[in-house]
Amino acid sequence: MKIGVFVCHCGSNIAGTVDVVKVAEEARKLPDVAFASDTMYACSEPGQDGIINAIKDLDLDGVVVASCTPRMHEPTFRKTLERAGLNRYMFEMANIREHVSWVGKDKEANTKKALDLVAMAVAKLTQGKALISKKFDINKRVLVIGGGVAGIQAALDCADGGLDVILVEKTTSIGGKMSKLDKTFPTVDCSSCILGPKMVDVAQHPNITLYAASEVEKIDGYVGNYQVAITKKATYVDWDACTGCGLCMEKCPSKKSTDYFNEEVGTTTAINILFPQAIPKKASIDADFCIKLIKDKCGICAKVCPTNAIQYDQQDEIVTEPVGAIIVATGYDLFDYTKYGEYGGGRYPDVITSMQYERLLSASGPTGGHVKRPSDGKEPKTIVFIQCVGSRDKSIGRPYCSGFCCMYTAKQAILTKDHMPDSQSYVFYMDIRAPGKLYDEFIRRAMEEYGTQYVRGRVSMLYPKNGSLVVRGADTLLGKQVEIEADLVVLAVGAESAVGASKLAEKLRISYDNYGFYMESHPKLRPVETNTAGVFLAGSCQGPKDIPQSVGQGSAAAAKVLVLFSKDQLESDPQVSVVDIKRCVGCGKCIETCPFGAIEEIDFRGMTKSNVIETICQGCGICTSTCPQGAIQLQNFTDNQILAEVNVLCQQTLEKSFE
Amino acid sequence: MNTIRLNTACDADFINQVEKESEQDMSLCYQCGNCTAGCPYTTFYDLPVNQVMRLVQVGQREQVLSCKSLWLCASCESCTTRCPNDIDVARIMDVLRHMSRRAGHATERRVKIFWDAFLSSVERHGRVHEMGLMATYMTKTGRMFTDIDLGMHLIPNGKLSLKPHTMIGKKEVSEIFKRFNEERSS
Repeated sequence: MKIGVFVCHCGSNIAGTVDVVKVAEEARKLPDVAFASDTMYACSEPGQDGIINAIKDLDLDGVVVASCTPRMHEPTFRKTLERAGLNRYMFEMANIREHVSWVGKDKEANTKKALDLVAMAVAKLTQGKALISKKFDINKRVLVIGGGVAGIQAALDCADGGLDVILVEKTTSIGGKMSKLDKTFPTVDCSSCILGPKMVDVAQHPNITLYAASEVEKIDGYVGNYQVAITKKATYVDWDACTGCGLCMEKCPSKKSTDYFNEEVGTTTAINILFPQAIPKKASIDADFCIKLIKDKCGICAKVCPTNAIQYDQQDEIVTEPVGAIIVATGYDLFDYTKYGEYGGGRYPDVITSMQYERLLSASGPTGGHVKRPSDGKEPKTIVFIQCVGSRDKSIGRPYCSGFCCMYTAKQAILTKDHMPDSQSYVFYMDIRAPGKLYDEFIRRAMEEYGTQYVRGRVSMLYPKNGSLVVRGADTLLGKQVEIEADLVVLAVGAESAVGASKLAEKLRISYDNYGFYMESHPKLRPVETNTAGVFLAGSCQGPKDIPQSVGQGSAAAAKVLVLFSKDQLESDPQVSVVDIKRCVGCGKCIETCPFGAIEEIDFRGMTKSNVIETICQGCGICTSTCPQGAIQLQNFTDNQILAEVNVLCQQTLEKSFE
Repeated sequence: MNTIRLNTACDADFINQVEKESEQDMSLCYQCGNCTAGCPYTTFYDLPVNQVMRLVQVGQREQVLSCKSLWLCASCESCTTRCPNDIDVARIMDVLRHMSRRAGHATERRVKIFWDAFLSSVERHGRVHEMGLMATYMTKTGRMFTDIDLGMHLIPNGKLSLKPHTMIGKKEVSEIFKRFNEERSS
């Protein structure tokens, strides 16, 4: 076998602490190595050309590149090999940057370790063989999970691109957090006026199937061929019959039901349509409050419904949809401010969240857009906004900045002045974060045109006094403690990952960070991809985002799906397990241990044998270490390849091992 | 002009010493001001506590150790409770107070006298003898009539006894003082 070794300088990244010339020199002495040299940047065009020329000139069978982590450049070099006419799997990478040069300063030791890694890669390659990918058909349908603005955008873009879209929304209407907002920054345009048309587009698009009041139950399969089980939760209303006339809402006697859409600022009826612009505009019953469902009395809605749509005995239903790709757009939830004792911990009715204030400002909200404070319904004159409630606070486990609170607080301060010209708003802030087009200008407008008083400091306590709330905080620019008697206190609550985010991640087999936000494949270069092929991210499920960013990501994820579906067939990764049928004794241990259900039992000339379904196998290798016969082998990581690596490392002279 | 030359006037040893003695990381403070916001004594301070923190961050030894706030701090720990970065601010104030004393600053003389009188009373009797403490404090400060009106109510209730209280473990308490004094002098 003729192997070529290329040792990369990576500028000074590797060459700074590894003697790359020496590594190449020593590598030349290894068995099967026909060529070895150092190269400034192996991944650059001249670097890759050098590899191609060596393969052609010396008729090499395989290549080892000693450079960085394979995560970034393994695909690069595999393509290089293909361009030179070699099989892409006749390639090994020795990571002498992350594993050597970046972690140690001792040049001599580093050089020796680099050479060990190169020798191991060479040894593994000598046992390697060419692998061929198989092609499989894909199902060009896409599942979008979450009907907020990011999910809506992704669904519309995919549908306009000609794909069949399944949109699953947990609540009874799409629209997400944006549908609760009164206005949006920095333009102060009406939120439902710009979101509404998109929601209607979803309802009317021939390519979109909308499952509202539904959740993803189970996901099986692999990129191109997923099977998704969706639970359609019982709404106790036949949505095919319901016309959304709202008569049931008028007559329902259970009028103290929790109004989730209005953030519990008001109450609603047990049977309700979430909000006037809801899509789908269908009624559903809240089983926690329905008198018929609790006590088997009432039944008024069934009597008044002109289309006989009420079905008290409706059950959850599971439907299965085959799709080829999944866009996750499950959004965020708001921080529970009652964790802060100093803000009353929920004891003071006139301390409300920013989202509750948004509903008070909204013309379609419970107060019809008139700001009335919860305690006595009076119009507040002095309003205090407290920023960073559940953001940038390590002591409550939320060290990150939620990113959009500075902006929405400024917007709410502006709206407050618009609603009540004789009011005065104060904003307690730590830093103003307004990096976006026209964002900082917007903050300035709140101060300059609307007279909002910005106070640089945090609030330490609130206490009630004569029907008001005294807000005691600091003005660090004055170096003074300050107090404001406020009629209403609005807490700019931060974002946290959506309830149930980690559970869904496990179903999708994607990873999430310490706070439950989903991990993108690369923080800069692959922002909407995940490490699971065919699963993409959009919006705040990946981290807090404002509307423009969420919409941008929705479109980006849609573009990624369209790219994926631009081919009719995908190539499977041949680095999967393969059963040597002669060795297999049919014990079935591999079937039990496979976490993906990728191994099946087959009948081979009357004998029981195992068989790997290549498209499902993820190449984890658990079966390989389970098989008592060594009959099942993970391709490109066979026992022979791994033992060759171990041998080259361990069969050195004693002296060398201890160096 | 009161310009502080941030690079040359920064006493890095001072920062290190405060961090070491208090076991706190000064760089964690992002100056939100919540310590000042909750401080019940900030009205009497010459420097609000967040500015004390800032001055430590930029290594201004003299200004910190000679300020009055250190001696007025009641160690109520509101600052520690409120700090979003879990910094034990009250402990830093305590460390600074010790450093200030060692450096010969005691900007609030009466506070120092009160503490010294309190501790010597505990050293002698195992717990504080209120009457003795009062007497020492009054003689040393010359404030003969401070809070005398309160005393009128306390004496009939038996809260101001003429004789020191007897207590178990008196010897052990004085041992603590002995050990402390030995360690300090060594």
